[in-house]
Amino acid sequence: MSAVPLTDPAGGSSSSRAERLRHALPKLVLAPSFALVLVFVYGFILWTIYLSFTPSRMLPVYQLIGFDAYQRLWSQPNWYVALQNLAIFGSLYLLLCTAIGLTLAILLDQRIRFEGVLRPIFLYPMALSFIVTGTAWQWFLNPTLGLGRTMQALGWPTWAPVRWLGWENAQFDWLVNTETAIYTVVIAGVWQASGFVMAMFLAGLRGIDGEIIKAAEIDGASSFTIYRRIIIPLLRPVFLSVFIVLAHMAIKSYDLVKALTGGGPGNATELPSTFMYSFTYERSQMAVGAASAVIMLMTITAIIVPYLYSELRERRG
Amino acid sequence: MSSSVGSMRPRNITSRIVIYGLLAIFAAMFLLPLFVMVVTSLKSLDELRNGTMLALPQEVTFEAWHKAWSEARIGVGSVNGDGIRGFFWNSFRMVVPAVIISTMLGALNGYVLTKWRFAGHKLIFGLMLFACFIPFQIVLIPMARLLGIMGLANSTAGLVLVHVVYGLGFTTLFFRNFYEAFPDELVKAAQIDGAGFFQIFWRILLPSSGPIIVVTVIYQFTNIWNDFLFGVSFSSGDQAPITVALNNLVNSSTGVKEYNVHMAAAMIAALPTLLVYVVAGRYFVRGLMAGAVKG
Repeated sequence: MSAVPLTDPAGGSSSSRAERLRHALPKLVLAPSFALVLVFVYGFILWTIYLSFTPSRMLPVYQLIGFDAYQRLWSQPNWYVALQNLAIFGSLYLLLCTAIGLTLAILLDQRIRFEGVLRPIFLYPMALSFIVTGTAWQWFLNPTLGLGRTMQALGWPTWAPVRWLGWENAQFDWLVNTETAIYTVVIAGVWQASGFVMAMFLAGLRGIDGEIIKAAEIDGASSFTIYRRIIIPLLRPVFLSVFIVLAHMAIKSYDLVKALTGGGPGNATELPSTFMYSFTYERSQMAVGAASAVIMLMTITAIIVPYLYSELRERRG
Repeated sequence: MSSSVGSMRPRNITSRIVIYGLLAIFAAMFLLPLFVMVVTSLKSLDELRNGTMLALPQEVTFEAWHKAWSEARIGVGSVNGDGIRGFFWNSFRMVVPAVIISTMLGALNGYVLTKWRFAGHKLIFGLMLFACFIPFQIVLIPMARLLGIMGLANSTAGLVLVHVVYGLGFTTLFFRNFYEAFPDELVKAAQIDGAGFFQIFWRILLPSSGPIIVVTVIYQFTNIWNDFLFGVSFSSGDQAPITVALNNLVNSSTGVKEYNVHMAAAMIAALPTLLVYVVAGRYFVRGLMAGAVKG
């Protein structure tokens, strides 16, 4: 390969150095990114975990005192409100986004004439930031000027069924009512994300082999049966992806609450994400904030790691 | 492929009507908020107080847009009202370098992880991939400390760094999945012809990477433009990005709530990403799916 005699010390060492560099080059190129991730993700995770075992308040203190912050975290009524809200928001968000997304996908898959017009309409909210969405919905749900008045103007309060349900004044006050405020977060969140879920299901539907369905049709199955027995079961991987994406979005959700309700009224729409922020930066309870972040990370890890593991293992190479 | 369920086209008219009717109702529900935002931003405050949300403006006025852009006071602390235009440009100054740097690094990483594999490449990719999913609350405190130590606190440069770092997982994922499908034979042939590491990247992979570059750029642009958590945590005052300014305008204003100005400001904050969506919707969706569903 090389004409340079191996005994030549100068030539030999320089060529092997070049050779070594050539071999190391790919790793050298990847190294800065990997180092950044190691420090800024994994290093920082350890840093936050460490802080959660300290008495840090406004500023970090590096003295280890054990599980004190966790004890304080789990004795906070606010933390339970946050967890309860996450359970309500998370489950409804998942359920409604999946139901609406799947419905829209199935409807659009019926050889619809205006599919090219309809699809972007369902998807555009995803282009908006949660802050924009929250701002907008804060206005629609405004009890005095927004939807409440519009409903009154449309004659809604006189509707017998509404009155029968005990909604006589039809004042749409969900946003400012402690009992219902969390559901406004669900509404805005579902409005924003269900189009995207539709796109995922649509991609799944379009990937199904038409032969199976033709065979079922020949056997005389109705389209309802075909969906229930064949198509929806075939979409299982899509359901899993949808679940992963939505669950992790729900747990991370911060901006939407911040812009829509600010966590209020009172603490009615507190989520772990807003809890962490306010305890760390507004209430000078950094260790408790760090502990809550650790719990959030553990929750997401429990969902994501098995998923990533199975996904990466399936691929060869 | 697209023949899937299409063959099950319902034959009777009633079910067709039901399907189109449902789709129309859903479409109206999805469009209504945008309609209300636009209509509200074109009304005067008086008209807002007296009319309903759905009514068209009796007199179209761009007053609110003008006010939002160049006069509105942002936040409780601000004395002189300069509107959100400064913050709009802050966001651009942040988003452009962050997108370029994270996309370039992602392309190189994806290239190494697929065409120059070494022992442990899977572990490295797995670690980078997991980084996409962490709740960012877990890094907020250390990041704030580090930015302070580096003298980058409350600066656009600091936010660029943050977005590059936390975007790396996604950009690497996109390019890795794209290059995975790129034929190894072409790379091997080029190697035999004596092409080096960077030559192969520049001359062979990059020229055919157009689609994935577009997807990555759109995904990163949208994500970084729409970010709020990092913006509100690591910047304040004049340096804040537009999402933070919008939130300050809406949620810390005292006295009369000028909903028409709020809606105009929200529209301005949404315009760049909406524009991307309208112009390159196909790639936008592809980016979302790639980012969400992983490879």
